[in-house]
Amino acid sequence: MSKPKLVMVGNGMAGVRTLEELFKIAPEMYDVTIFGAEPHPNYNRILLSPVLAGEMQVQDIILNDHDWYRENKINLHLGKKVVKIDRVRREVISEDGSVEPYDRLLLATGSTPFMLPIPGNDLPGVIGYRDIADTDAMIDAAKTHKHAVVIGGGLLGLEAANGLKLRGMDVTVVHIGPWLLERQLDEVAGRMLQKSLEDRGLKFLLEKHTEALIGGESGRVAAIRFKDGMQIPADLVVMAAGIRPNYALAESAGIYCNRGIVVNDTMQTYDPKIYSVGECVSHRGIAYGLVAPLFEQAKVCANHLANYGIGRYTGSVTSTKLKVTGIDLFSAGDYMGGKGTEEIVLNDPAGGVYKKLVIKDNKLVGGVLYGDTADGPWYFQLLKDGKDIHEIRDHLLFGQSTVGDVGHQGQSKAAAMSDDAEVCGCNGVTKGTIVQAIKAKGLFTLDEVKKHTKAASSCGSCSGLCEQILASTLGGAYQATASDKKPMCGCTDHSHEDVRRVIREKKLTSVPDVISFMEWKTPDGCDKCRPALNYYLISTWPHLVKDDPQSRFINERAHANIQKDGTFSVVPRMWGGLTTPNELRAIADAAEKYKVPTVKVTGGQRIDLLGVKKDDLPKMWADLSAAGMVSGHAYGKSIRTVKTCVGAEHCRFGTQKSMDLGVKLEKMLFGMWSPHKVKLAVSGCPRNCAEAGIKDIGVIGVDSGYEIYVAGNGGIKTEVAEFLCKVGSDEEVMEVSGAFLQLYREEAWYLDRTCHYVQRVGLEYIKSKIVEDAEGRKALYNRLLDSLKGIKDPWAERVEGELKREFEMLAVQPV
Amino acid sequence: MSDWKKICTLEEIPRLGARVVKSLGGDIAIFRTSEDEVFALHDKCPHKGGPLSQGIVHGKRVTCPMHGWNIQFDNGEAVAPDVGHCSKFEVRLENGDVYLAV
Ligand code: SRM
Ligand SMILES: Cc1cc2nc3c(=O)[nH]c(=O)nc-3n(C[C@H](O)[C@H](O)[C@H](O)COP(=O)(O)OP(=O)(O)OC[C@H]3O[C@@H](n4cnc5c(N)ncnc54)[C@H](O)[C@@H]3O)c2cc1C
Ligand code: SF4
Ligand code: FES
Repeated sequence: MSKPKLVMVGNGMAGVRTLEELFKIAPEMYDVTIFGAEPHPNYNRILLSPVLAGEMQVQDIILNDHDWYRENKINLHLGKKVVKIDRVRREVISEDGSVEPYDRLLLATGSTPFMLPIPGNDLPGVIGYRDIADTDAMIDAAKTHKHAVVIGGGLLGLEAANGLKLRGMDVTVVHIGPWLLERQLDEVAGRMLQKSLEDRGLKFLLEKHTEALIGGESGRVAAIRFKDGMQIPADLVVMAAGIRPNYALAESAGIYCNRGIVVNDTMQTYDPKIYSVGECVSHRGIAYGLVAPLFEQAKVCANHLANYGIGRYTGSVTSTKLKVTGIDLFSAGDYMGGKGTEEIVLNDPAGGVYKKLVIKDNKLVGGVLYGDTADGPWYFQLLKDGKDIHEIRDHLLFGQSTVGDVGHQGQSKAAAMSDDAEVCGCNGVTKGTIVQAIKAKGLFTLDEVKKHTKAASSCGSCSGLCEQILASTLGGAYQATASDKKPMCGCTDHSHEDVRRVIREKKLTSVPDVISFMEWKTPDGCDKCRPALNYYLISTWPHLVKDDPQSRFINERAHANIQKDGTFSVVPRMWGGLTTPNELRAIADAAEKYKVPTVKVTGGQRIDLLGVKKDDLPKMWADLSAAGMVSGHAYGKSIRTVKTCVGAEHCRFGTQKSMDLGVKLEKMLFGMWSPHKVKLAVSGCPRNCAEAGIKDIGVIGVDSGYEIYVAGNGGIKTEVAEFLCKVGSDEEVMEVSGAFLQLYREEAWYLDRTCHYVQRVGLEYIKSKIVEDAEGRKALYNRLLDSLKGIKDPWAERVEGELKREFEMLAVQPV
Repeated sequence: MSDWKKICTLEEIPRLGARVVKSLGGDIAIFRTSEDEVFALHDKCPHKGGPLSQGIVHGKRVTCPMHGWNIQFDNGEAVAPDVGHCSKFEVRLENGDVYLAV
């Protein structure tokens, strides 16, 4: 049987991205034909600006070379414009008369520059700025002519003007608005931008209305005249006064258009066989002119072309950056503010920095940054997530690094970093390598950067920095997705949130059930989603779901930490950091018997035996078990340690028995699996020798009882724990802690520490569930205790029986 | 000609898991897929030598536990954009027994 035919008109960024998304999920589904009016394979139009500025070459910006089309068996017609669509016969007809039948048609015709309707607009030397041909025309003009006039002081116009100036022309920008980029910037930022462009030698004529373009003797444009009578020389005129969606073809075929090809949330036009994406589209009355929203459209469209039928495109918030090297400018959302909004402004004209954030109902709704844009992506993420910023409002304007970040996520400013500066400390990746990969390989997302460069693929602390680099390299093409919509991994389009909900609602009880019910794209998931699914299943259905060892990372499967040489480390539990001569003797004996090369005291108040061979593990555990010791779970997304100080038992300042409470808490939580690791601490007084301020739960003894703090973190990005409540007794500490951890276990996404979870839902929410709702708290606490009922020591379980097999080597047997 | 040696039964390898055979030339990892196919690779990741047998198996590949490279069972190649090759051994399944060519 022959395959259905998919024909695409327009070989540009949105259309080809749709095909890429389609091939990912349904590679062999269609016979694909493409018509492209330009003679080039798909290239990165955004980077025409650096090409004009002489920073890149045309061959650097090709996104899909001819091999790509060949490998995907695409029937490619370059330099052929489609002139007619016959919807009755389901055919497209191109300008050379060739006819191509379709079953599905995808219109991705982009847009065209708006040419002002003035006399002389068709003279030679008058061009738009849209494609490689326009760029080449500008580069040629710069070689032989002197005076350039750019009409339009928007992003495109300024990038054109900057490029022409760098190529040696005398450039004047004519703008009808009162300041530059009035659609992206407020007046203050607009003026600062103008000043710095003037310092580079560009000239500006604001609030000027062009009347006519005047031809010279050669027939080429020679001057431009304004309504006020002023006239200046111009032998190149670039019209950058806006773009018009390219929908004439669709309209002539009777497809409903209204300032764009009208599509619904599944990217279908009024003719259900015909889809449309890109700048030619009008979706809910909006035509987008930046690639990020177009890529979102592409994904949804691919999903429907593949007959998956789940994605919906519901519109985008966009952000922009000006791609003029040396000028940092970022704006997003509603930057003008107005009724019902508040503004926070920092204006430092001498330092060349201006920042304005617009806030509505405690949420960030827009912003403009000029001079220092390092925090742009962070603000944009806050904006998209609709996060409540009430608690960080005081620091908001000063950026991410001032809201508790001491890691290298926000403090280095991506744009200012030199190319040889190290971005990823784990994998030794420099900024230059990342920028190079983004440009050369056409990367658009953090995931792609991770895959291609390895940056941010280990501890992840530099993801923020990588996102900044992406944003500054790509300009507005970079778009962060709202976190709660991010797919779990490449195997699915479903988010963590969706998966947790469906597991609960549909009572799914095994990894294969989830994978088949939720239509994963891969047969068995991958190393990212399987551990998450396994956790969601066992935490949602305790005692009912069987744990799946093959969906666990080796450390959790082997109940020990793998080392770089393939050996393992063993950390026995020392409840609350307490030990006995007997336990120490058993550890010493085991260390000698199994020739442990390194014995180390850990940061978690216990002892690590490093370098144990895998097949020795069960034997060593048996010995430790005999001395009454159990696993310390130093390897798991699970309860780790409860750190204690000596407290009222010995210390002259102690107000509460911290060791005693610490041991009780650790025993209560023994064997608890969680979205990420969980650490507690109990200090006997506010001197806080157990460092309770940076733990998932920190308890501080005071004379009248205990203060409980939650969501601290001492790792990659230090977060100070926040005060939750004060209680009077040990029992109450256990109930509050247990309830908080159960809420986290039920609602957090896999690999979120408590700090990430609480940042997402807000401390007020936690208080409403844990402090204010006594019944709800008890219910949570009881659910935790119930799921921990009957937990056995995983080491003892593996000393004998079926589970021991994991640790046994195979030998070649005689036949 | 290589010699086929029995190493274990299929049941002794967990589905989507692996077992290790000691050999003079280095450890050999024997993998079992969800479709009950078996594959054998040198238990040494082309990246920095991580033990592939300890990784997570999915589809016809394994993710190395050290730094997350994916290695394909059918040809021993690392999945792009990583580049590297891991030597492959012949294995065969007969009446539920696993044989390795040595
Ligand atoms: C052994 C120990 C270092 C030491 O010698 O002191 C250690 C060793 C490792 N830590 Fe740690 N961490 C150790 C205390 C800490 C502490 C301090 C503490 O617990 O008081 C922290 C900061 C506190 C915190 O977690 O909030 C810490 C923050 C991390 C992080 C960053 C976590 C984060 O959320 O930012 C990682 C990476 C991860 O978990 O993804 C990590 C990961 C690791 C791993 C598991 C890396 C790995 O995946 O292989 C290391 C395993 C070494 C091994 O083979 O045994 N380790 N690690 C400490 C064991 C404590 C224990 O007895 O269980
Ligand atoms: C200089 C410049 C800088 C930019 N900078 C940025 C930036 O920093 N950030 C950002 O997000 N966006 C930027 N953009 C905008 C971005 O490039 C566009 O949003 C994006 O390319 C639109 O994709 P598209 O597929 O809808 O249209 P296009 O990429 O324009 O593709 C449409 C294609 O269809 C072809 N076509 C049209 N009609 C027909 C027909 N009848 N038959 C056959 N082929 C046809 C056209 O020739 C064209 O090749 C920039 C644009 C330019 C020009
Ligand atoms: S023990 Fe912790 S800090 Fe030290 S190298 Fe390992 S992960 Fe990094
Ligand atoms: S050793 Fe396998 S990924 Fe590094």
